[in-house]
Amino acid sequence: MSIRVENLTKTYGKQQAVNNISFEINTGEIVGFLGPNGAGKTTTMKILTCFIPPTKGAAFINDLNVEENAIAIRQQIGYLPEHNPLYTDMYVKEYLHFVGSVYGIKNITKRVQEMVDLTGLQVEQKKKIGQLSKGYRQRVGLAQAMIHNPKVLILDEPTSGLDPNQIVEIRNLITTIGKEKTVMLSTHIMQEVEAMCNRVIIVNKGEIVANGKPQELKDIFSANKVLSVKFNIPLNTQQLVELKQLTNVTLIGDGSYSLEGLNEEHMKTIAFNFAVKQQLMLSEMKLQESSLEDIFKNVTQKK
Amino acid sequence: MFSIFKKEIRSFLSSLIAIIVIVVFLVANSLFLWVFKDTNILDAGYANLDPLFYLAPLIFIFLISAITMRSFSEEKKTGTFEILTTKPISDTAIVLGKYFASLVIALFAILPTFIYYYTINTLALPEGNVDSGAIWGSYLGLILLSAAYIAIGIFSSIITDNQIISFIISMFLCFFFYTAFDYMGAFEFLKGTNFFIQWMGISYHYRSLSKGLIDTRDIVYFLSLIVLFIWLTKIIFSSRKW
Repeated sequence: MSIRVENLTKTYGKQQAVNNISFEINTGEIVGFLGPNGAGKTTTMKILTCFIPPTKGAAFINDLNVEENAIAIRQQIGYLPEHNPLYTDMYVKEYLHFVGSVYGIKNITKRVQEMVDLTGLQVEQKKKIGQLSKGYRQRVGLAQAMIHNPKVLILDEPTSGLDPNQIVEIRNLITTIGKEKTVMLSTHIMQEVEAMCNRVIIVNKGEIVANGKPQELKDIFSANKVLSVKFNIPLNTQQLVELKQLTNVTLIGDGSYSLEGLNEEHMKTIAFNFAVKQQLMLSEMKLQESSLEDIFKNVTQKK
Repeated sequence: MFSIFKKEIRSFLSSLIAIIVIVVFLVANSLFLWVFKDTNILDAGYANLDPLFYLAPLIFIFLISAITMRSFSEEKKTGTFEILTTKPISDTAIVLGKYFASLVIALFAILPTFIYYYTINTLALPEGNVDSGAIWGSYLGLILLSAAYIAIGIFSSIITDNQIISFIISMFLCFFFYTAFDYMGAFEFLKGTNFFIQWMGISYHYRSLSKGLIDTRDIVYFLSLIVLFIWLTKIIFSSRKW
């Protein structure tokens, strides 16, 4: 178990940032940590990286308690804080060298060069960090988080503020590296989670509202199944009225209709029987996947 | 600790703070000691460095505050504080690394003034007829004094994320510890405790060392002051965990 959080609570004054949350992340998983702004994502990550202590409850990294073994834990995790703070007056390699020496890496020069190559910083390696564009700074941030080859990576919004190309690059980088590591990353972008993560944890107002594989969440949280069907000939008005008596129908256009109901099989039967009865041919029948975005809206907006 | 120390030294050098501090310190001292009419040693007629040891603590109030003002304030402002504190180094190591880096810069400002000693030594009549004991005692005092100023400066830097505020607080505290106790000791209504109050200030011990008499009590005083402020810094630094 790489990360274990048990009944974690954090209060700032009267404000409750994290409220009694528990979850586990297994070794090798890439987990997306989602939630609206102020949901407690960053706070949880700060507790896991031993930056601030929990008010109640406990958190463990590789079975070490964050409150008791802070130094040992920090040696085992790589952390990219929100907004990616950097020493802007240092040179890229100088900075990585510094971070490497803090982790006590042997053969630092070689390792720094490896990180520069891995994160695609070759062109910019001679510059000061302050001169880099945001995308390259993000790479420097990732490089410093991974320089000591940590078992656990905690990345707070690793792709915020990047352009679409950079997002894809950083995403690929994280997926490549994430193969052997445990990665926990927070983000606002749903496609990112679908593209990278094995599992999703959605928090809202300090509480976990959903936790599971993207596919599982889709199954659980989309109550109504939507089946889109297409017949060989567009339905005439009378046929449409008849179909509408069977289930909830909306015309998508182009001879396609979407049927909404609680059960997938049931709707397929309806569509098939209807087609037989009307002597039509079903040319297309597809279950519409509900997106993670819908689930996100669904679980974070109620109450 | 050593990696922090190295990083701080490099950042002093690359931001030119170190160079500017050293140059300003030396230029200011040289002007007062050798050029300006009222204070120069050549006209004074005595082969000693008293003007240097009178001026240096005052100049250091400004310059050391300038060295230390950014040490923690800047990290807090830019957020690199979080980078630093989530790395496997203890809080004490970070504080000490920063402390010693600033101390080294101050020592490099003091080091070239040994030329003054050589000059005085050569100009003295007969040659070498200087009160070396007093001068070396004063140097020890000056080094301990700057070490104490730096502890105060680092402390001022941890309590705010604004460098200007840190600079002003540091100047005030340095000034206060250096000389305010002397003036307070002169109050009429504090009669009886005068000696004790003066004893609390830096300048009492600094003067005592500059006589060339190295008294353990003075050294213990300086070391206690340094440890006190480093300890306070460490406490505030760790207070993020409260």
